[in-house]
Amino acid sequence: MAFIKETTTLIRKEFLMEWRSKYALNGILIYVFATVFICYLSFKKIDPITWNALFWIILLFTSINAIAKSFMQENRSRYLYYYTIVNPAALILSKIIYNLILMSLIAFICLFFYTVVFNNPIQDFAYYLLAVALGALSFSSMFTMVSAIASKANNNSTLMAILSFPVIVPLLMLLIKLAKNAMDGIDRASSANEIGVLLLINIIVFAVSLLLFPYIWRD
Amino acid sequence: MKIKSDWWKILGVVLVLFSLFQGLMGRVPVLPILHETIRNIYYHVPMWFAMVILFVFNAVYSIKYLSSGKEHHDNIAVEAANVGLFLGVLGLLTGMLWAKYTWGEAWSNDPKQNSAAIGMLVYLAYFVLRGSLDEAQKRAKISAVYSVFAFPVMIVLLFILPRLTDSLHPGNGGNPGFNKYDMDNQMRMVFYPAVIGWILIGVWVMQIRVRLLEITNQLLEN
Repeated sequence: MAFIKETTTLIRKEFLMEWRSKYALNGILIYVFATVFICYLSFKKIDPITWNALFWIILLFTSINAIAKSFMQENRSRYLYYYTIVNPAALILSKIIYNLILMSLIAFICLFFYTVVFNNPIQDFAYYLLAVALGALSFSSMFTMVSAIASKANNNSTLMAILSFPVIVPLLMLLIKLAKNAMDGIDRASSANEIGVLLLINIIVFAVSLLLFPYIWRD
Repeated sequence: MKIKSDWWKILGVVLVLFSLFQGLMGRVPVLPILHETIRNIYYHVPMWFAMVILFVFNAVYSIKYLSSGKEHHDNIAVEAANVGLFLGVLGLLTGMLWAKYTWGEAWSNDPKQNSAAIGMLVYLAYFVLRGSLDEAQKRAKISAVYSVFAFPVMIVLLFILPRLTDSLHPGNGGNPGFNKYDMDNQMRMVFYPAVIGWILIGVWVMQIRVRLLEITNQLLEN
């Protein structure tokens, strides 16, 4: 019970901090708009396979940029305060859930803007939304822990990219395949394997993050 | 060298020498497309087995380091990753050579080839992470966390993803597995010893490298 209360309080704190500065959300939204628009200006018209790949690449880089900040903004003295009052598992869980909410919001805005600017070749839209939601879940669960690791090393943003690319590639391959099936309107049952593996990896990543974070949160 | 504790090193050398000799001189079945390149199975496949075993060592000793904090465990983890990466590169090169003769191109966009290349990236990133941290204990702890975190993903990458898609490799996407009829009993008598031999050699190289690293560290301290 205390654990859940701690987690919800920490999530509230994250939202409050974000609301006060509005720095991360606004920055990321401008990043999304700029990237999509640059892609539009340089591609004009694209075929469906490129459409899908480009969307996921934009989403990948957006989420790396969005989530990389989640531990960098915490300064040392605030960490000292955390050590005395919170459970490390509650801290990482609150970050993952906050990033999940933030990423889902950004991903849907990105999809909306992307389909407005480019044409929309998606045939099974509801299923594509599911793929995007699973993408937001995978990115947030994977990158939160990687950003915790990267924040402990000195040169943050490059390291974040180097550490996260190899671990996200399998998920990204599954997501692109799932999204492509939805885009082509292929029978939903044929993508059940991809969804199953994605959920499995996410559960493993959640469990491993909760187990490992207590080892790195103190220097 | 004591026979009682070091017998496995001798066994490794004997098995690898046996498979090298049999690989060049032994009799192999005549199969379409593969022809004589089937001999490469004694060299290419054992590299992957040995690599996976060494990466398992890396994950296990990373967990051990996190629970014990002993520097020795970190040394084993890092050298296991080193040797595993080297075996992975050898596996990739022998595989590319084989692919050139049987599939036509060295890089044929095969899911297992791609997965293996990305799997290596995980451990290259592990070394970049280690390089970016100066303090020894912090480096050991954070890189151990990363390797334990990345290990399940690598397992998915190497063992689950290629089975979901079509692959040119045997045993994937409807292609026959190499156990079924590609390999006869005589080949198996060489293949399994080769796998065991290369695993033992890999572990031995790792052990020697750990000893070397620890002696170097001791000399640097004095």
